[in-house]
Amino acid sequence: MESDHIVQSYDEELARLNNMIAEMGGLTEQQLAGAIDTLMRRDKEQAEKIISRDKKVDDYEAEIDAMTIRMLALRQPMAEDLRIVIATLKIASNLERVGDYAKNIAKRAQTLSASPIIGDATYSLARMGNIVQGMIKNVLDAYLQRDIHMAVDVRDRDEDVDRLHTSLFRELLTYMMEDPRNITPCTHLLFIAKNVERIGDHVTGIAEQIYFMVQGEMLDDERPKGDQTSFTVVEPGPAKND
Amino acid sequence: MTLVALKPSSPNQTLDPQAETGAGAEAENESEDTPIMEPSSHHPRISVRDVNVYYAGKQALKSVDLDIPPNQVTALIGPSGCGKSTFLRCLNRMNDVIEGCQVTGQIELDGEDIYAKGMDVVSLRARVGIVFQKPNPFPKSIYDNVSYGPRIHRMARNRDEMDEIVMTSLERAGLLQEVRDRLNAPGTSLSGGQQQRLCIARAIAVAPEVILMDEPCSALDPIATAKVEELIDELRHNYTIVMVTHSMQQAARVSQTTAFFHLGDLVEKGDTERIFTNPTDDRTEAYITGRIG
Repeated sequence: MESDHIVQSYDEELARLNNMIAEMGGLTEQQLAGAIDTLMRRDKEQAEKIISRDKKVDDYEAEIDAMTIRMLALRQPMAEDLRIVIATLKIASNLERVGDYAKNIAKRAQTLSASPIIGDATYSLARMGNIVQGMIKNVLDAYLQRDIHMAVDVRDRDEDVDRLHTSLFRELLTYMMEDPRNITPCTHLLFIAKNVERIGDHVTGIAEQIYFMVQGEMLDDERPKGDQTSFTVVEPGPAKND
Repeated sequence: MTLVALKPSSPNQTLDPQAETGAGAEAENESEDTPIMEPSSHHPRISVRDVNVYYAGKQALKSVDLDIPPNQVTALIGPSGCGKSTFLRCLNRMNDVIEGCQVTGQIELDGEDIYAKGMDVVSLRARVGIVFQKPNPFPKSIYDNVSYGPRIHRMARNRDEMDEIVMTSLERAGLLQEVRDRLNAPGTSLSGGQQQRLCIARAIAVAPEVILMDEPCSALDPIATAKVEELIDELRHNYTIVMVTHSMQQAARVSQTTAFFHLGDLVEKGDTERIFTNPTDDRTEAYITGRIG
């Protein structure tokens, strides 16, 4: 709907919702980028900043919740307005989860900074993180521009994230088998990989909400999925004789 | 809100009880033949095809097609002057009495053309009752308000049968509990919301198939509105209801089908849930989201 509401303050509230999602999304994107960077640079101080900044993400969610509840009660939105308010409520919840995962990555990065470096695993993680970060950026653009094609494209890119996750999973299992001293750092790296993969899922959820918001119907569930970790088994090689 | 069955020659809406209940009509068989509480079917209760209405040459409704499903509440929404009340009044030929009003097209009730020559308009209005915005009980007792129609239509053979009709009608209208002890008190002594429900009881008493409601809650406070809405939801199991409302929230709460009118056009019709979450026409979207008035 291009035209304005008869009640101007209603338009202002909807615009405010848009802005808050843009701000909150920008912050979570920054949190993820910072967490991955922390991991690469083994920077404990930056990790601390990221952990404490998660409170800001939570505050945005609380503010958006309050705003949408208020609009539901006072404006009783209908049709596209109703879909915008509901989708925004869900998107804020997804972004909050993204923020939590970024915080958890920063925490594990702190722990890992004292461990030996495990092969190229952190580079693979950075690659996954970059893809997901790009997905967040595009999904926010799709939200602000009400662009369903961009939203669908973001959703389809999650397959790449899943594939990287599966290969990283195998790689880390192999490192653990090679040397039990790798188990602790590899487990943290596995969790980080899982966190990034889950962020991809939340971004996918946001893309689906955008589709619903614009089209008024749900996107079909037929999307490419590439996460095979649930079925992955890496057989140990022959035991070493000491 | 009052049941009105106007004599075809009446110059305007009248509260004369003789006219309201169709006194003088051939009503001997009403108690035997009046169909009530038919099970739901897939056939529309009322079928409207290519209906145009002109007031002194000015077109108020433009080629409207609409099926009114049985045992549902159909809400008619739209801005003032969009034609929704005009449409409602076509359904029991209330527009006949407006000078210069011309109706063309076809409206069938249970497959019968209600504008056909020889259609008894008085008995039509017993089958298709109407209730109005303002509660409008007769200046009579509560009992007499409800019994008046059945008495004129000779629906009861004795006092016991009449008591039965009155009690059942009051019960169905959700009013019996509140008035059981004062059936001889004047109808006008009731509160606004109770008067509305008395008018609904009076409409039910002549066993209509369809009840038309023209903004039935606009003169009521929120509690009385909630009670009438609850009543409408119960009544739809036994009757077919068509309701004009200015409250989109009310349409969303009580109706199963919604039709949106704009400038004399029936713009969009469909399941209420879909109309209010994902309408297909831009004008519907603009109206229900508060962008056009």
